[in-house]
Amino acid sequence: MRPSPRVEDLLRELAPQVLGALVRRYGHFDACEDAVQEALLAAALQWPEQGRPANPRAWLVTVASRRLTDQLRSDESRRRREDVTAAREPADELLAAGPDAAAPVDRDDTLTLLFLCCHPALTPASQVALTLRAVGGLTTAEIARAFLVPEATMAQRISRAKQRIKAAGTTFEMPPESERDARLRVVLHVLYLIFNEGYTTSSGPELQRSDLTAEAIRLTRAVHRQLPDDGEVAGLLALMLLSDARRPARTGPTGELIPLAEQDRSLWDRRSIAEGVEVITRALATTRLGPYQLQAAIAAVHDEASRAEDTDWPQILGLYDLLDKVAPSPVVTLNRAVAVAMVRGPQAGLDLLAELDADDRMAGSHRLVSVRAHLLEMAGDTEAAVAGYRDAARRTTSLPEQRHLEARARRLTDR
Amino acid sequence: MKYMLLIYGNEELWNSFPQEELAEVIRQTDALQQELRESGEFVGAWGVADQVNAKTVRLQDGAPVVTDGPYIEAKEYLGSFDIIDCESEERALEIAARVPFARFGSVEVRPLMAEAAPEV
Repeated sequence: MRPSPRVEDLLRELAPQVLGALVRRYGHFDACEDAVQEALLAAALQWPEQGRPANPRAWLVTVASRRLTDQLRSDESRRRREDVTAAREPADELLAAGPDAAAPVDRDDTLTLLFLCCHPALTPASQVALTLRAVGGLTTAEIARAFLVPEATMAQRISRAKQRIKAAGTTFEMPPESERDARLRVVLHVLYLIFNEGYTTSSGPELQRSDLTAEAIRLTRAVHRQLPDDGEVAGLLALMLLSDARRPARTGPTGELIPLAEQDRSLWDRRSIAEGVEVITRALATTRLGPYQLQAAIAAVHDEASRAEDTDWPQILGLYDLLDKVAPSPVVTLNRAVAVAMVRGPQAGLDLLAELDADDRMAGSHRLVSVRAHLLEMAGDTEAAVAGYRDAARRTTSLPEQRHLEARARRLTDR
Repeated sequence: MKYMLLIYGNEELWNSFPQEELAEVIRQTDALQQELRESGEFVGAWGVADQVNAKTVRLQDGAPVVTDGPYIEAKEYLGSFDIIDCESEERALEIAARVPFARFGSVEVRPLMAEAAPEV
């Protein structure tokens, strides 16, 4: 039986708090993380049937502590048998529920946990998986389903990530001031990856990849709460809200992609847009400029146009010019070329794209080919545009995008 | 990103292996798969039965019609395939190069289509 959404939400909210409490008391991040996962599973099964405990957090801390001490004891007796040093703490001390089990939350460990799970020694895929489990409170089965891999594969990815963190000698504390900025960028990138993973997928029943979008927003909100003055955290949150607002209009009835210019804007989520605009406006006025803020600002300009033809392209181009200075990349150039075409005409955009042909990171990629086809279509060179869309359709590995590109080519040939 | 590694060969090749070398290649194949399981990159691996076992299904007026074959007249045909989920194409090619049969036949690396669209 699946727990009601409210139990599930509560468990996800409590997961990092319970894990933080355990790691602070006992150390052993890897063992604590397993114990918390077991406690969450037990709660998901028991609470809907037996009722929710009066203090859910204390219940989880107690159950997780018990699992942990069982585990540590059996590890310890094994070590004893192997005649190796005894565990750090006496067993009966471990068994006690501890004074702070029932205490109100006096600290939020979410950020510390995020820094740990997004450790630079891990690959992005491992950072994502571990973050979703340890901070997001998702089960391994749910994460495996979201990423379409066998559960054993995902379990192994998570367990390996924990071993790596342990081997790196990481302690459960905030990274030193000197590293904090760079480490925070990694955390934000992982949250961005989680968002993207969900955002780019059309929705379906059960826990689906699209839930990852909500999960990413929830975690980014938590980081924003703790670091309200960090402009890039605010920028990422705003970017997510402003992009997610368009989701209802982004795909058609059969799951086909609908480009921004053709979306039914009355379907956009006004509340998300208002919140995103508020967050980004405040960040731009008060903090140092960064790439997420600029991307959010661009999303805001799009979202504020009530019709596609009302879009303030000169402002978008100005923002892309800034982005190109702050964080140049071939993807930025690609997007900037579209803005250039909208302001100065398709030929100017095509000239800019020509620069990317020499860039190994972009040459021959389906994205370059499809943007070029789009600009050729704008320029009226139908034949080259059709060939470009078809070429891009062959190059992409995304099914929805492939169907979209084929449809664009068909639309031009049917005319 | 998921990739399919298609390992090609032919009867002549499979049959030409000295017994002890075949055992070694199988041992290395198992070891590589174990390594990929441990790294969390393994999705699955299957050997494909000989094409004498191949059947083809077609629908005629809505009813299935099953025929034997096709028996492809190719120099090399599919012997086995692996599905991996790894960080980049570069990593997929690195894994492909370590497939023991790559030394004798060839390994084709094909990215799998994803339901996800490309990015925000």
